Amino acid sequence: MISFERVTKRYPDGTVAVNELSFTAPDGAITVLVGPSGCGKTTSLRMVNRLIEPTEGRIAIDGTDVRARPAAELRRSIGYVIQHAGLFPHRTIVDNITTVPRLLGTDRRTARNRAHELMELVGLDPALAKRYPYQLSGGQQQRVGVARALAADPPVLLMDEPFSAVDPIVRKGLQEEFLRIQGEVAKTILFVTHDIDEAIKLGDKIAVLREGGVLAQFASPDRLLAEPADDFVEQFLGRDRGIRRLTFYPSAGLSLQEGPVVAADTPAPSARDAALSAGTPWLLIVDADRRPLGWANPAALPDQGPIGNARLIGYGHAFVPGSDSLRAALDAAVLSPTGWAVGTDGNGQVLGVISQESIGSAIRAAHAQSSTERERADEKAAAADAAPDSGTAAEADEPSAADSAGSEAPPSDEAPLEQAR
Amino acid sequence: MIAASVFDLPSYVQHSYLGLLGEQLEVSLGATLGGLLVSLPIGQACARWRLLYPPVLGLVTVAYSIPSLALFVFLIDYTGITDTTLFIALALYSLCILVPGVVDGIRTVPPEVKLAADAMGYGPARRYFQVELPIAAPTIMAAVRVATVSSISLMSIGAVIGNLGGFGQLFTTGLRSFNLSLVWLGLFSLVVLALLCDVLLRLAQRLMTPWADRRSARA
Repeated sequence: MISFERVTKRYPDGTVAVNELSFTAPDGAITVLVGPSGCGKTTSLRMVNRLIEPTEGRIAIDGTDVRARPAAELRRSIGYVIQHAGLFPHRTIVDNITTVPRLLGTDRRTARNRAHELMELVGLDPALAKRYPYQLSGGQQQRVGVARALAADPPVLLMDEPFSAVDPIVRKGLQEEFLRIQGEVAKTILFVTHDIDEAIKLGDKIAVLREGGVLAQFASPDRLLAEPADDFVEQFLGRDRGIRRLTFYPSAGLSLQEGPVVAADTPAPSARDAALSAGTPWLLIVDADRRPLGWANPAALPDQGPIGNARLIGYGHAFVPGSDSLRAALDAAVLSPTGWAVGTDGNGQVLGVISQESIGSAIRAAHAQSSTERERADEKAAAADAAPDSGTAAEADEPSAADSAGSEAPPSDEAPLEQAR
Repeated sequence: MIAASVFDLPSYVQHSYLGLLGEQLEVSLGATLGGLLVSLPIGQACARWRLLYPPVLGLVTVAYSIPSLALFVFLIDYTGITDTTLFIALALYSLCILVPGVVDGIRTVPPEVKLAADAMGYGPARRYFQVELPIAAPTIMAAVRVATVSSISLMSIGAVIGNLGGFGQLFTTGLRSFNLSLVWLGLFSLVVLALLCDVLLRLAQRLMTPWADRRSARA
């Protein structure tokens, strides 16, 4: 748990990089600091391992002030990953990874064995161990950067735009693998990015910062998308936050229709009957393995012969109910020229079809359910606030204080004045 | 004429060939090493405090422009007609090459590497010796090679002020005794020695820095 308690960084020339920042990054979760450039997100990150010292306030890891230990010692207990990896060019990959264990006095053999385990964890070919950084691609270097940060098994990991300098395809792969690795190691991670998509994809919690280092909102990605605290957050999230939010709703509850699914060798007349009885405007034609071939219009079917001979309309892409989100289902329906989405199982065999309208009502139902859940959670939080345990009063207050920080005026006296000017 | 007779010097030369070679190597390499040891802290300071670099660069350039004979005459008052006089003069001249070399070398250390080193928990001294210096090494070594060759050739001037200057003494005695083959031997020896030192240093540099990306070849 990393807690920021009214942390301010003011430079001698009067610039305020971070202003009264308070939030708590929970254990074993990814907390993303996101915001436009100049919002103090990197400064905030670097104050955790004291590359930058705060002017006011306190940063604590598991309740212990980071200033309680000498800086070098503190840093060895915190993993750090940066944008261009920052590998030591004069050391082999394995020696790069063993940097912190060696600083901590681990013997070379133990450290190297650990390095090889880590290379496997981050998906690096062990044959690369003896190479030098210049011989690796940007994506590979970034993996080494992650392995190096994990080498001494630190409970806390700081990541400063680690995936920004690689191309979009590599970035997507690295992000997915990063989530997989986090699933195995469950570190407490503070992650800085300027990319809201990355924040939503990776974050368990997201802290949106605005210029001048003021916390605009601290919330889970779903809640952030559902209830942006103010215009700034709403604009920052972009015009498709409603669509993006569907990522957090599973598509498992959608009821698929099997009626309009017919095999390609079905004679046309009986296929027409199937369309009539299903009451749908389209028929989905599948092959012998029940893989989708395309849509057919029942009104334009040939009079005889198998229905597979009819002219078929493409179906875009299919979605997998259960593992895909409502967003994928809606996308499948939007892409399909017929407005119907095809649902398949993991092997690509058709389970059924569903219309845009049905997905729409499922979305409305999901919204209604999540807002009731949120209200219930808020009531619980309010109850906890009203009757706090005497011992943990301060801790219980923190998250709710951080949550509301964006919607209310900042507690600082100077901020309103600055805005007035 | 067989090789041995070329290297057997006439009796009016006060040293054997090997003696001259020894002196040549000791003073010129020693002076470069001395210059390097002085340049490292100066260069580090200049890389760190940028304002310091222009005046320091001016100073070492001015030092380089002092005529060597004048410098010898000045130094003889303190250190006499000894190898020490030569050593000091050559070391001073080498600064003009080595200080910029060290500054450039330290500046080649990428900022994100320094940041990473700090974030990993390196102290300042450890960071300097284990990260910055090794990364600066190829650039510094390039300057060391130039300084070494320059010291080897500059050293001959020592022969003018006395029985110093290594192979340079072959020039002075050869001219005095009208023995041109001695002059040629001196010249040949100097060139071969300089080339040999350069090749050896280049080899050492390669062995020291297997990590350097040869595709972006450095000087």
